[in-house]
This record gives sequence, structure tokens and C-alpha cells, in this order.
Amino acid sequence: MKKLLTHLDWLESEAIHIMREVAGQCSNPVLLFSGGKDSLCLTRIAEKAFRPGRFPFPLMHIDTGHNYSEVINFRDKKTSELGERLIVASVEESMKKGTVVLKSDDEPRNKYQSITLLEAIEEHGFDCCIGGARRDEEKARAKERIMSFRDEFGQWDPKNQRPELWDLYNAKVHKGENIRAFPISNWTEMDVWQYIERENLELPSIYFAHKRDIVRRNEAIVPVTEVTPVKLGEKIENIMVRFRTVGDITCTAPVESYADDVKKIILETASTTITERGATRLDDQMSDAAMEERKKEGYF
Amino acid sequence: MIEQNNDNVLRFMTCGSVDDGKSTLIGRLLFDSKTILTDTLRQIEKTSKKRGMTAIDLSLITDGLQAEREQGITIDVAYRYFTTGTRKYIIADAPGHEQYTRNMVTAASTAQLAIILVDARKGLLTQTRRHSYLSKLVGIKHILVAINKMDLISYDESSYHQICEDYLKFANDIRLASPGVNIEFIPISALNGDMIVDRGNSLKWFKGPTLLEFLENLDTSEDIKESTLRFPVQYVCRPHASDNKELHDFRAFMGRIESGLLKVNDKIKVLPSGHKSKVVEIRVGDELINEAIPEQSVTVSLSDEIDISRGDMLVHENDSINAVKGFSAMVCWLAEVPLSLSRTYLIMHTTRVSKVKITQIHHKVNIQNLEMENAEILKTNDIAQLSFKLAQPLIVDSYDENRSTGSFIIIDESTYHTVGAGMIQTIA
Repeated sequence: MKKLLTHLDWLESEAIHIMREVAGQCSNPVLLFSGGKDSLCLTRIAEKAFRPGRFPFPLMHIDTGHNYSEVINFRDKKTSELGERLIVASVEESMKKGTVVLKSDDEPRNKYQSITLLEAIEEHGFDCCIGGARRDEEKARAKERIMSFRDEFGQWDPKNQRPELWDLYNAKVHKGENIRAFPISNWTEMDVWQYIERENLELPSIYFAHKRDIVRRNEAIVPVTEVTPVKLGEKIENIMVRFRTVGDITCTAPVESYADDVKKIILETASTTITERGATRLDDQMSDAAMEERKKEGYF
Repeated sequence: MIEQNNDNVLRFMTCGSVDDGKSTLIGRLLFDSKTILTDTLRQIEKTSKKRGMTAIDLSLITDGLQAEREQGITIDVAYRYFTTGTRKYIIADAPGHEQYTRNMVTAASTAQLAIILVDARKGLLTQTRRHSYLSKLVGIKHILVAINKMDLISYDESSYHQICEDYLKFANDIRLASPGVNIEFIPISALNGDMIVDRGNSLKWFKGPTLLEFLENLDTSEDIKESTLRFPVQYVCRPHASDNKELHDFRAFMGRIESGLLKVNDKIKVLPSGHKSKVVEIRVGDELINEAIPEQSVTVSLSDEIDISRGDMLVHENDSINAVKGFSAMVCWLAEVPLSLSRTYLIMHTTRVSKVKITQIHHKVNIQNLEMENAEILKTNDIAQLSFKLAQPLIVDSYDENRSTGSFIIIDESTYHTVGAGMIQTIA
């Protein structure tokens, strides 16, 4: 007899296997959960991996304080539906404590998530953080392990990674060190949307086309919000947009789109000419190695 | 042949150095399959110009880390993805430099196919032989020899045939050519795009498939031998703390089928304890299924309350496999610190970890001429046959028979680094 799993079944099975390895090997893991599409795939995988039992880890959101309310509400709703515990670690708390110091009030807070994350890891004693990062997102991520070792300072050393062979994941760490586990490393943006469709996953509304006030700044579409106000000379337009990624308001831009359901988004994803982060992440456009630099500092 | 519209995953690795045009080949595959999007392309255009090139350098697509871009070499295995709408492809892009044997072994460990690049002007090099040897060592069943830079030898048919012939002779010498291994050849020009996605006009004499057609049609499914069930337990589900009273006595075993078939009502035994039971339920999430196939992650309930924990293995009741406390294996040493015969290491095999001592270095492979030689010491990138003595029993098969239960990694007990990768040969 010959049988192979379909590509979605294979990806799902691999992700379940990775999550169970975390549960089996680590003593105090946590799942990073933002309410975004990738982390929603992770919670569905966790359900398939551990139900009818509870998740062997809490969920944790690193909140910059600059998030769309639709996403925060959705995050809370989803957590209570799952019946799991949510920890919210806040960048604004770190700012109050003085561990996060912004260069200016309007500086994007995305990169400071690293500091808040490391503080939360220390406070709760987590030895592993499960995240929804994918290797197709960015060139530094293409080289990251599925179980990625971070030292006591949360740093990623790309030149000194543990070799990862077969599907034998070495998640052993000393106290203070940390593993970042990425169960959907091998998924692409398209796989994520196909999985969302197949599993009928509910998403925050801002992933779907809606009317929004925006301005055009450089080559990006910038939503007009309290934290991203209109600058002098800019013209507000009200157009149909959707978000391809969801994160801190100040560094996540929407794309023009009429795709108001998952099927249409899949069609659009198949024919898009711009990468996911290229279109929408203002923080990756700073330099050729922006993501690599952030990861070395302890970012996801 | 697989049916058209066969929706599955093919994992392959590419071996060769920058000089062989490996990066250009991958860049070409991604570019011609329309995986490279405008913004990435624009960045590559910019960089190409910065380096004084007139055309876009497709090899830049696979450039990853800052250090690599500075040095113009690939340091680490990178994973790339593309899809044709039917099949999903995962490319493990392994660096070709000599000092990075361990990266090649790493990339090969998850690959079903190796694409070995040969420069048509140079024919078989030491490096080609090394890549082929490592592919064989790590048990890759499908080898595609892509003879590149055909444009630089005027697409000459007889040179192509000569290289094919040389390769087959060499493959026989290292016993790579065997009934279980499929070796194919395609002449290409990655630079011009001939025979990659499009056929081009210069290789009309070649009647075989393009590289992409080959990938699309490669059948990697293997006969599932029902009786060779291997189900290592990863995690035990005991939701007794739950509010749901019905779940108070619920207990299930979570893991992935590594080989064979697991069906409802199958009689199984647990190793190493030897306790027997019967399969009552198999689930994927909420869904109940009747049988689970290899690579499927499932949750299994049994009819008896027996003690099972992570690291145990379920096999069929009449299977004669037993737990062992020693074996010999081919090992690729991955760490900068050499192997020490006086130290104790940890071995991770399926879901079990044991202390281990290496009792003997039998011989080591000279990676230049592929001959065996005596060795006292094992350093980074060395490959050798070693004997192991285990503290805990493991349930193993030989690597030839089973890639999952025949493979293991060695972990340094004090640093927890992964220091070795092993493939079991004979069981003591």
C-alpha cells in the first residue's frame, strides 16, 4: 500500500509533533499569542495536539499598547473560548519601570517587545516560547532552527546554532537559557490561508477588506489613527483595505484590497506581486538585515 | 508515477558550491515558478548593481545572513519554499564548502531527493563524489545529477553523456547505484534557464523531462509495510483535572506514526515493558479515524490501563523487535570540541534520552578519497563508525530499514549542544 499525507495534513502533523516535543521536553513553556493569523493557526494546532486535555502551557501576548482594538477584543474572546490562561506582558509597563526607553514619543515600539518579552520570560521562568514565525517571511528566518536556542540575554547567534537533524529536536537548556520553538516554520503565507480556510478559523475583522481612512506615505499606505496622525500636507483617503499582517499599529500597514472573505484572500495571495512583510512591515524596511539585528537582540 | 494534482510535499536538497551555480539554480527555480515577488526582486536588482553586475544575479535570492552577504558564501542551511499549485516544495540549501560537511548532513537528513550539481566544463570533482557519498550515507533514495553550465560547452551532447557515464561508474564504485536508489540526469543552464522550468531552444537533443517536470512527477511514496509499526509515545494525555467528569478516567497516548500502519482493534505491545493491549480509538483532533499512516500525528486510546510514558514505543504484538543496550553506528561529528572516549554523552533517539558511552572508534572515512582509515580521534566534520554502550535500553532499527528509529543525535552533557548525528548499522 502507498499513501502520502496531503501538504496541509503533513504541515499540520509536523506542527503537532513539534508542539508535543515542547510539551514533552520543556518544563515551563508558553505560547506567544497575539490574536493574529499565525498565532491562531498555533492555537488550532495546540487543540489538535492536546485535546481533550488542557494546553500544557499558558498563552502570552506582548502588548505594545498600540494595537487595533478589534485584535485585542478578538484575542480575549478567543482565549476565553479556549478556556486557557492568557498572560499579557505590556511594553508600557516596561516603559513605566524604565527598562524600555523610547528615543522619542512617536518611535515605533515593536522592537522593544524584545525587552518586555525577556522580562516576562524571567518573571515566569519560562524555558521555551512557542511562536508563529515562518521561514518564508524573511531571509534571516530562513536559516533559523525549528527549536532555536537563545542564551541568557535572549540573543540569537546565527553562526552558532545547534545543528537540527531529522526531526530530533534538542530543547535542552540550562536555567536562564531559552528555546524558541516555531511549529509552523515550514509554512508559507499561502499555507496559512489554506489552513484557515480548511479549519474554518475565525479571524479578527481587520484581515478582511474594509473601508478605512489612510494616507499615502513614501510607498506605504498608512492608516490614520491616534498614534499615526496625518502629517502636514497629506491627504486623507477613505479606501478599501485589509491587513496582511497584524502587529503594532505604528509599523503595520494595510494593503488595498476588496478581498472580504478567505476564498478571495487566497486568490489574491496567489496572484500578489509583493511579499507579505515587504508590503506591510515598515520595521523590516529599515535595512537589509533589520530582522537579523532584531533577532540577535532577543526578538521572536 | 504519481497522479496529476497530487497534493503533497517534496523535500529536496541542493549540493554544490557557488561555482557550480547552485544558488543560481535555486534562484532560477523560484524566479521561473513566480515565487520571487517584485519587492524582493527590486532589492536583488539594487544589490546586483551595487556589485557592478549588468544583469540580475539570481544567486542573491538565496543570500541570507549579513555575514554571508559580506563574504559572498553560504554558512548555514537555508530553507526555501515554492509551490506549483499541486505540490509543495521545501528546498534545503546546503553550503558546498568543505568545512561545512555537517551542514550537508543536516540538510540531507530531511531530504527525499538530492540534486547534485556538476559543472559541465569540469566533470566530476572530489566535491561531487563527497556530496554523492554523503547523500548515500544519509539514505537519500532519489539522486538527480544536474549537469549545469551546458551553455559554456556549446550544449555539447557527447560531453554530457561522458559525464553521465563517469558518474554511473563512480556510483557503482561507492555502491550508490543499488536497486533502492534512483539516479537521473538532466543537462541544464541555470543562468539561461534551459531545462529548468522551460525547455529553452538549445537542448533539443535531450528528450527527458525538465527539472521542474522531474520534480512534479517524482514518486516518493514507499510501500507501507503494515507490520513494521513504530509509534514512539511523545506525551500522555490525562485530563483528570478537567471540570468534565467524563474525562476523569480518560487517558490517551500522543505521538506520530514513524512507520507501518496503526488500526483500530490492532493488538499492540509496549516496549520496553512488553505489556500488551488493544487499540480502541485513534484521533486527529476531534476526528476519529480507523487507521493512521506514517508521518501522521495522532492520539491513541488503549483497552487496558497499563503504565506508559514518554519514551515508550508501541509496536504490533507479534513484532520480534526488542530493546537494546548497545549498537554500532556511522556518526558525523558536528561539534568544534572533539569526541572524548572518556566522557559520558546523552543520546536522543525518537522520544527517549539515555546516557551513553562511546566504547570504540572503528574507522573513519577519508572524505577526500572516501576510503576508510584508522582513527584515534574524531573532530568536527569527521565521519566514523563508532560503538555505543547505553545506560537505558532503546528500541532501534538499522538506519537502512528505518530512518526514524535508526537515527539519533548526541548531546553534550554539560553544554547541551548537539555534537553528533548517528545512523545505526548493527545492533549488539
